[in-house]
Amino acid sequence: MKLRTWFLLPAWLSLVLLFAVPFAIVLAYSFLTRGVYGGIELPWTAESYRRLFDPLYLAILWRSFAMALAATALCLLLAFPAALFISRAARHKNLYLQLVMLPFWTSFLVRTYAWIFLLRDTGLFNTALQALGITHGPLPLLYNDGAVLLGLVYGYLPFMVLPIYATLDRLDPALVEAAADLGARPLATVWRIVVPLSRPGIVAGSVLVFIPCLGAYLTPDLLGGGRTVMVGNLVQNQFTTARDWPFGAAVSIALMALVALVLVVFLRRQSEPLA
Amino acid sequence: MAELRSSASAHAAQVLRYYFYYSMAPILELRKLVKHFPGQQAVREISLVIPRGSFFSLLGPSGCGKTTTLRLIAGFEQPTSGDVLLNGEIVNQRQPYERNVSTVFQNYALFPHLTARANVEFGLKRHRATDIGRRVREVLELVGLTGKETRRPAQLSGGERQRVALARSLVLQPDVLLLDEPLAALDPKLRKQMRVELKALQRRAGVTFLLVTHDQEEALSMSDHLAVMNEGRIEQVGSPEDVYLRPRSRFVAGFLGAVNWISGAGIRPEAVRLLPAGEVTPGDATSGDATPDRRAPGVVTGSVFLGDCVQVLVRLHSGEDTVAQLPRRAALFQPGDPVQFTWSAADEMTFP
Repeated sequence: MKLRTWFLLPAWLSLVLLFAVPFAIVLAYSFLTRGVYGGIELPWTAESYRRLFDPLYLAILWRSFAMALAATALCLLLAFPAALFISRAARHKNLYLQLVMLPFWTSFLVRTYAWIFLLRDTGLFNTALQALGITHGPLPLLYNDGAVLLGLVYGYLPFMVLPIYATLDRLDPALVEAAADLGARPLATVWRIVVPLSRPGIVAGSVLVFIPCLGAYLTPDLLGGGRTVMVGNLVQNQFTTARDWPFGAAVSIALMALVALVLVVFLRRQSEPLA
Repeated sequence: MAELRSSASAHAAQVLRYYFYYSMAPILELRKLVKHFPGQQAVREISLVIPRGSFFSLLGPSGCGKTTTLRLIAGFEQPTSGDVLLNGEIVNQRQPYERNVSTVFQNYALFPHLTARANVEFGLKRHRATDIGRRVREVLELVGLTGKETRRPAQLSGGERQRVALARSLVLQPDVLLLDEPLAALDPKLRKQMRVELKALQRRAGVTFLLVTHDQEEALSMSDHLAVMNEGRIEQVGSPEDVYLRPRSRFVAGFLGAVNWISGAGIRPEAVRLLPAGEVTPGDATSGDATPDRRAPGVVTGSVFLGDCVQVLVRLHSGEDTVAQLPRRAALFQPGDPVQFTWSAADEMTFP
């Protein structure tokens, strides 16, 4: 075997063992029958997929899609100015980048729990608001869609900032000067020149945020308080409490199909010549 | 009634003053302009008047502050002290988008995601101009880009990109067009052709051009006036002939062309005539040049064939290595030949 093949072997092995094989197992499970105490039994059936079209489950899929989309949009809105600021900073660029990545120094679980302590009825925000006399009685900040959205945006914001920063950092500063020189005010320059030219970063960041948000289960589980079910929670629920492995597998496959569809659309847009 | 009359006359005076000022004030003036960067004095104190409608060049070696000067005029940098005046008005505080000057960048800085036409329209749209279609069509015709409107910069050649950059700026009818080494990115053949075109374009467009370059041939061939810069200062301002033939410093003499330094005086290689050793001064009536009344003996050490002329290298007995540039037919010297290196006192460049 050639040296090149040897070097590629670990990658291929991990891809086959950790992706292809589990995927095949999940795919097979999704076409089997539910066992009495969990697990799976013959015969083969497409019953789980038929159940997916139950309005209840379609609603959960749609809701997850909408949440992920909203989280991606909010991340983009917050990340673009931040990335622009960092890329244009005369100094301390590395410090700012470190600050963006600082949350990764602690576990995602711990950080999500921290939000519970901030948002709950006796948490920091409610206590402060009441102490200042702005509200009388706690505001319902936790265990709703807003809290889940906040958790998702907080958790995935760096994945949006970094790719956008990378494209902005490579942007020729002369293009920005040329726009100003031709009479464009700063906002027009950003909108007409900087945003279109940073599209590769925007697309990459959006994919990196949207996909994990669509499958998120920890954030909705902790901050949604069981009331805000997203598709990730549905999968978890089917494999644990409901003991319906085939249906859990079918939901997983449906989620993957949805992600693949979104990716194809996004990447096709990205490969288009610049508009 | 008297009041009315006085206010009317005050208004008339104001209008008159405005017209007087507008017509008399130079289109661009720099007054004691200084720019310091941390650890570097890029521009040390420049005062300069650019005449309306002229082709003016800032010539100097890299790092002499010429590009910084251009950026101060465009508004990309703020002066440490001194003023930039456009049409007699101080514009120091104005942002680049509030100054009626436009820049052709060294690498053109065309917007890669826009077509040639959209690049040219960009400035007009920002100024909410009317009649955009006609103006774009006219300027594309002016620079010779008709038919390439829908191409993106990546689909254009280097010369075409430069034309888009020129059109994009000229369409705004700027008071001054600033050109930062506009020919540096082109290959040598195209560069020579574009010199002629750029000059012709400036005449046709009637816009004041301020060109920055380190290439003395470029500055000499295109400019009406040029300023030679060195270490953040202006060494000399004048017409190309002035600066080339009557340089005011050794630096200017050496930067604009080759110079033979013989006992303190500078002689251009083309002002030299070589005579076989021992021959008396010929009464060279045919050339009409000043009679070579100065001479120094030397020995030919080599020659460089340049096609249209030959450079003969001569080591003088006094020790200097010199160059004589001769017409091809006149250069019949072999290495080792003893010669007389002759020139006219009128061609000597001397400096205090």
